[in-house]
Amino acid sequence: MPQMTDERVRAGLSHEEDLSLLNEVSMKTAGVSHLEMCIQCGTCGGSCPVAQDMDHTPRMLFAMLRAGMREEVLRSNTQWICVSCYHCVVRCPQEVHIADVMYTLKSMAINAKLYSDSTAPDFSQTFVDMVEISGRSYEFGLASRHYLKHFPLRLPGMTPMGFGMLTKGRMLLTPKKIKNMDQLKTILHRAKQLELTS
Amino acid sequence: MNKYLFYPGCSMESNAKAYMESMHTILEPLDIHFEDIDDWNCCGATEYLGINLIPAYSLIARNLALASKQINGTHTIAASCSACYLNLSKADHYMRERPSLCVKVNEALAAGGLKYKPGTLEVRHLIDILVYDIGLEVIRSKVTRPLTGLRVVPYMGCMLPRPDYKHRWSDHEHPTELNDLLRALGADVVDYPLTTECCSGHMPHIGPETAFELIRRLVSDADARGGHLMVSVCPMCQMNIDAYQGEMNHFFDTNYHMPILFFTQLMGLAFGKEPKELGIGTELVSSRNALANIGVEVPVEQEPARPRRKDEGLPMPRRWTKHEARKDAVK
Repeated sequence: MPQMTDERVRAGLSHEEDLSLLNEVSMKTAGVSHLEMCIQCGTCGGSCPVAQDMDHTPRMLFAMLRAGMREEVLRSNTQWICVSCYHCVVRCPQEVHIADVMYTLKSMAINAKLYSDSTAPDFSQTFVDMVEISGRSYEFGLASRHYLKHFPLRLPGMTPMGFGMLTKGRMLLTPKKIKNMDQLKTILHRAKQLELTS
Repeated sequence: MNKYLFYPGCSMESNAKAYMESMHTILEPLDIHFEDIDDWNCCGATEYLGINLIPAYSLIARNLALASKQINGTHTIAASCSACYLNLSKADHYMRERPSLCVKVNEALAAGGLKYKPGTLEVRHLIDILVYDIGLEVIRSKVTRPLTGLRVVPYMGCMLPRPDYKHRWSDHEHPTELNDLLRALGADVVDYPLTTECCSGHMPHIGPETAFELIRRLVSDADARGGHLMVSVCPMCQMNIDAYQGEMNHFFDTNYHMPILFFTQLMGLAFGKEPKELGIGTELVSSRNALANIGVEVPVEQEPARPRRKDEGLPMPRRWTKHEARKDAVK
């Protein structure tokens, strides 16, 4: 790891120039992330439909990654606000896989338990739980469990919608289950072991 | 006979039942045969990828592995949901781009007696198949009830034309496939620059303020351009704009009424099918008035009861609106 130079200490920089975080994120991302190629042009933030609700724009976040600001990066709400619309991905001149980097940051934030609002991580986890139980997503179970915990005050306003979805047969009360659930469970069990060793 | 493997995806059996029904009615006249992937599982949507990498890709790859066992005259998987389409093509693409991912995913699959070699299958979306394999000429020849006079807003959504690993679409931001298809049905297609903007995905369950803003942009622009109804190619887009429009209206104190149907439902209408066969009427924002423009009568169903505007009777938690959020901020 490079040492802090005197100049950096005098300038009050608290972070060492340490690319290990950048490399870690890059390695954990599916495909070739091109993260180290970012030229800080800001096309991503400018293309983002939800940048106004983010703590940091993607560009800023990538600069922080490069600066090794692990905790600040993982605590940022940016990766949780990202709606995966891939606008930034197709516009990025350096072909950084921005949306996939966001997925990596989500899983790193969950593993490090660094997130300021648990709504999004809980939703992801509940969704995954449902899939691991039956092999299919189960909206009714997902919605009721998630909304009772995180948005109880929205429930009265949502009754017409829920009622409509149920009476029009668009929401199933019981989960659908795949036939070979044992096979899926075995695959996911092995995959989780592999995830830990990688 | 055009034969394809078909990955339905979870939504097609629940919230997008109308998409499934209407899709099946148009397959026959176009001489398309879909064979379901046996015992397919959820693609993990956008949630699983944010939890664990290898399990997420193994979950998706199980579908590809099962499909590759069913290859019989075709090696193309058709998906009708944009998120499923993206996840399936993403797994295939990244397993090829990153051999170490491929090795690990296959090791996990091997535990269940499966394997998948990236590149074995081609993943394509339903509309891609209709426009490029079947062709607009054939589709035009089947039209018996042209949708003349119906102003439709083509809403493509984001995950279909982007990131586009295989360069299948005419453009990433302003693709023309849906417009061309709707024009072939005789519809009056509204110019809609937001066609590939995001519907907010699963954001209504995570950050409702963020989600409602995205839905408002889409709906208000479609309304301002004089569209009678919006047309979707993805269960998630349809669900967000249809089911959350009421809550969005309440949040911004607006009064939009913008129905959204699946493109297959409009194809069915143009092919002379009856609204009932096409699942028309299952949308929460009724398309009855919009379809009256082409002389299609949708059977009246009872509209869901409107929520009470004023708090009356028993004390209930007040409904949360942007206006009230602002009032709280001022305090």
